[in-house]
Amino acid sequence: MNKKFVLGIYDDEDVLLTAIENVRAAGTKIYEVFSPFPIHGIDDVLGIKRSRLPIAAFFFGLFGCSFALWMQIWMLGFDWPMIIGGKPHIALPAFIPVTFELTVLFAAHGMVITFFIVTKLKPSTKVPVFDKRSTDDKFVMAIEVKDGVTDIAALNNLLRTNGAIEVNQKEVLK
Amino acid sequence: MQHVSPIREPLVTGGKTYHDITEDVCRQVEAKPNMRWAIALAVALVGFAIFCYSVYRTLWYGIGEWGLNKTVGWAWDITNFVWWVGIGHAGTLISAILLLFRQKWRTSINRAAEAMTIFAVICAAMFPVLHMGRPWMALWVLPLPNTYGSLWVNFNSPLLWDVFAISTYFSVSLVFWYIGLIPDFATIRDRATGPIARRAYAFLSFGWTGSAKAWSRYETVSLILAGLATPLVLSVHTIVSFDFATSVIPGWHTTIFPPYFVAGAIFSGFAMVLTLMIITRKVFKLEDYITLEHIESMNKVIILTGSIVGVAYITEFFIAWYSQVEYEQYAFINRATGPYWWAYWSMMTCNVITPQLFWFRSIRRSLTATFIITIFVNIGMWFERFVIIVTSLHRDYLPSSWAMFSPTIIDVGVYVGTIGLFFTLFLLFAKYFPVINMAEVKAILKSSSEVKPHANTMHGTPKDSNSNTSHSNE
Repeated sequence: MNKKFVLGIYDDEDVLLTAIENVRAAGTKIYEVFSPFPIHGIDDVLGIKRSRLPIAAFFFGLFGCSFALWMQIWMLGFDWPMIIGGKPHIALPAFIPVTFELTVLFAAHGMVITFFIVTKLKPSTKVPVFDKRSTDDKFVMAIEVKDGVTDIAALNNLLRTNGAIEVNQKEVLK
Repeated sequence: MQHVSPIREPLVTGGKTYHDITEDVCRQVEAKPNMRWAIALAVALVGFAIFCYSVYRTLWYGIGEWGLNKTVGWAWDITNFVWWVGIGHAGTLISAILLLFRQKWRTSINRAAEAMTIFAVICAAMFPVLHMGRPWMALWVLPLPNTYGSLWVNFNSPLLWDVFAISTYFSVSLVFWYIGLIPDFATIRDRATGPIARRAYAFLSFGWTGSAKAWSRYETVSLILAGLATPLVLSVHTIVSFDFATSVIPGWHTTIFPPYFVAGAIFSGFAMVLTLMIITRKVFKLEDYITLEHIESMNKVIILTGSIVGVAYITEFFIAWYSQVEYEQYAFINRATGPYWWAYWSMMTCNVITPQLFWFRSIRRSLTATFIITIFVNIGMWFERFVIIVTSLHRDYLPSSWAMFSPTIIDVGVYVGTIGLFFTLFLLFAKYFPVINMAEVKAILKSSSEVKPHANTMHGTPKDSNSNTSHSNE
């Protein structure tokens, strides 16, 4: 099914932030905002919740830490105990460096893989952006058009009075 | 916007707009390779060929091709390993620790510095693997199940800790670097004209759109990765220093080693970043992004870490005397006055004396002086590792086994070869990847540029909304 969008193009992030507030205050639902760099304060005006990725990272790290300790204790303490340098079989202080490294390894990679999955980032040859300038110097506010419901002229007017330098329409094959 | 003190010098000069940043950084990627780059690559490839030949000799005839003997069993190989790992640390420091400290000047140098980290760690990893003599057995450094019992690896050994530290460091640095590259690859993809370039960069950009939600997660991921990479980078050189500190060799068995090695690593790494950046900014015309302000900031880090290293050298001497252990005392007197005195005093001159010139502002801000001093630091830090390793080993407890070390042509070849390998990788990076993080530089442009970029004032001044003030600390 095709989806239609109205795109408001902005060339300044502060104007965009004010525009988002006003557009939302006018009762219009914003589909997505695209920008060439992270804009500070946009999460609040768009109502984006704080990411839970740090929590994921914590649990991946916890898993890495437990796994590393279990691995070393089981291998050198139970599976094949050996006396090395007169130390006890389970020489905990000597196990700390590997435990630390594996904690970091699991936390970092676990979080990054989660990030790729939830953000749907994967290698592909498609060019997915609505307006190619949004990875260069323009800021794009996309509003979905519902046939018969959305008043495009009014929307055009709303975006322009809030500082859009251009308003375009775009159809996207889904 | 954020409050920035008016006495701060701008980080981006030349009154750039967002589009100018895209143009300036992408120009290099999109243009045909120029002659200077091609010549530099040819020279680097000669180095790489030397590397291949030396590795072939080392593997075919064994490590007897190196100058090692039974007294000095570790020499250039470990020296080069520690030297390269140390160089790598500056990249992580710039991208992670300076991110946590909110140092905005890192934005235009972090991409290249992190690339340097990755390539330096690749070079470093060559040495322990080659020193194994049979690198095809390298897999057995990992705790893999086997038919001997299973007989596991020794988790009490610092050499094994190194395996985990270096591989974690390499893979996490690589991922951190790549996440930062994704939005910039998207920029290049959306500008690409040829179908091959568009498809290649589309593939590399992972379908990045720059949506607000994705940016929010991107920033979270960057911050957490920085938080993880910071203790990681400190742990890596700490563990490298444990290779020495946990032994009973006089001159190695000291508790000062971890902080001393970490400071030395940052010291040498910043020197290498400066060496590379002074050339890169010139060749790729990026003087507006890598300004004298950036160079001065890095020089300040060099003088700090260089002084820490200097204090560590003196402390070692003091502790050797204070410990009243005659072997320890001899090890240090032998370093300064024994047959390797020239290596020791080269180290002292290059690492302790030359960086002190950076107390003068005019020298900190002089490109020529900075370039020369950073070369001195690179050389001095190589000598530091050589002094620690070879002078401690060559005269140990038993005078009948005292010996000298002299490198063979293959030793030199492997070392020079890794420099060739490093520059081959760096030049390919500099041509085909964006050398400056465009997205991050754009994000600091409004607060840190010489001239404010074009602001749309037709519809009233941008409201200083509460959302901005609540995020004013960036």
